[in-house]
Amino acid sequence: MERIINLDHMSANQLLPQVQEAMVEVIRDNYGNPSSQHKLGDRAAAALQNARESVARLIHASEPKEVVFTSSGTESVNHAIKGVALANARKGNHIVTSNIEHNAVLRSLRRLKMMDYKVTSVPVDVYGLVDPGRVADAIGEETLLVSIMHSNNEIGTIQPIQDIAQIAREKKVLFHTDAVDSVGVVPIDVQELGVDLLSFASNPFYGPAGVGGLYVRSGTKIWPLLDGGVQENNKRAGTENLAGIVGMGVAAATAIGNMETRMDQARRLREKLIDELPNYIDEYHINGHPTKCLPHLVSVSVKYIEGESIVLMLDEENIEVSTRSACAAGSLQASHVLLSIGREFADAQGTLVITFGVENTEEDVMRFLEVLKEAVNTLRNMSPLYTRRAAQA
Amino acid sequence: MYSETVMNHFKHPRNVGVIKDADGVGEVGNPLCGDMMTVYINVADERIDDIKFQTFGCGAAIAVSSILTEMAKGKSLDEAKQISNKDVAEALEGLPKNKLHCSNLGADALHMAIKNYEERRDGKLKAEPKRKEKHEHTHGEKCYCPYCDAEVPEGESFCTACRTDLEAVA
Repeated sequence: MERIINLDHMSANQLLPQVQEAMVEVIRDNYGNPSSQHKLGDRAAAALQNARESVARLIHASEPKEVVFTSSGTESVNHAIKGVALANARKGNHIVTSNIEHNAVLRSLRRLKMMDYKVTSVPVDVYGLVDPGRVADAIGEETLLVSIMHSNNEIGTIQPIQDIAQIAREKKVLFHTDAVDSVGVVPIDVQELGVDLLSFASNPFYGPAGVGGLYVRSGTKIWPLLDGGVQENNKRAGTENLAGIVGMGVAAATAIGNMETRMDQARRLREKLIDELPNYIDEYHINGHPTKCLPHLVSVSVKYIEGESIVLMLDEENIEVSTRSACAAGSLQASHVLLSIGREFADAQGTLVITFGVENTEEDVMRFLEVLKEAVNTLRNMSPLYTRRAAQA
Repeated sequence: MYSETVMNHFKHPRNVGVIKDADGVGEVGNPLCGDMMTVYINVADERIDDIKFQTFGCGAAIAVSSILTEMAKGKSLDEAKQISNKDVAEALEGLPKNKLHCSNLGADALHMAIKNYEERRDGKLKAEPKRKEKHEHTHGEKCYCPYCDAEVPEGESFCTACRTDLEAVA
């Protein structure tokens, strides 16, 4: 098989070998149900606890039981928002969020709006940063939750979560952060951040997809999404996906040890790409904050062309990236994130998201740039917008 | 996701370019998806003698433009007017439902180019054609909900099938 250069690690990561082995071992030998009162059950319960401790260490939870395993980052976000809204309905019906949240947050809130909850969404600046003052202003008597993402999945900007969480705490409002693209990628300390709830997933740090986690600070009032048994400290019923959870635990332990190395390597590739880009294409925007950002993500809006076309052309050369064009999204709507930071609709259409991973090299970056240059030339020669601009120039 | 025919036309688009001083020009743009297409035609003996296109858009939009120019080339104007958006999608061996609106661009742009030629021929139009910025949904093709694939009436912003608000939460 030809080598595929994966520059779309946000979509998929290859499982680390030690993660694969640990998961196979569970499937083969440790197939018990952690709730059972016998040896098979005990063995499974021990593996579950071991994974919970590793994951708790990764996010610096004060107790492992504050980690609730879920099926995905999306489930964690749904659980945090809907679970808190329902459990605290007597306190109020108002939730504060930002304009650039992931759809998991936006659509959870849209669902709650159908149930007469009210939502205030604060704007962001051109870098995608939330002004904590705007959050403070938005909080009222009826506010029961503030939910602001830790890092943005389209532009990589990292929010001043500590400041925002402190405001929420002072106003006695629960605070949730969607940290799906941060946990295991950059250092996360739930105690330092001062959050009550934090959503994350296993796949961004080389664990399996289909497993997520929700940090719930002890004492936080929240309802389960799934009612049934007493699994996950009564917060999430259903027999555990033990193989997935064990895989997540091993990936978490590895991430703790390798985080600095991984971040340095990703930053080098990111800088290389940003430095070299003007030698290959012109007329583009780099999106997101230049320093308050994820180390492994580059978001670039290429003018006059559309992202899905670029993705398909790169794919022809075995290079995988992601796009945020409306055409590729399936929803036929321009990215709300890119519009929120002030990108023109047409420019948002030409947006690529490149995310580096542990196996990427500088050669990968250079190969990407060469192929990108060709694709951009071809598509611009085909673009009426480019022709019009050339005629005006 | 795409058929082989779509990928073939995307990778090797036919008749890309601009015809300088073309006999007819048609341009449609779709602000919803951001697609835009321009079709240039030269006419000889009331037949499409030459045709070229430029497209800003996704893989489907480029493939639609490409195959449309192949379908129209050499046809009489009356024959070319009969080419429908459905014909284009069928020639491409189908498009994903959410991409059908891209095929709406193709025939619209061609028909507009022919109309532009006829108006100039008949002396009804002296200046350049007015640029049509908005792709009006007057083509009679169906729109589908991007979330559940149910049919959505034109201009509707709420899908009654899956109860989804099609406008983003602000």
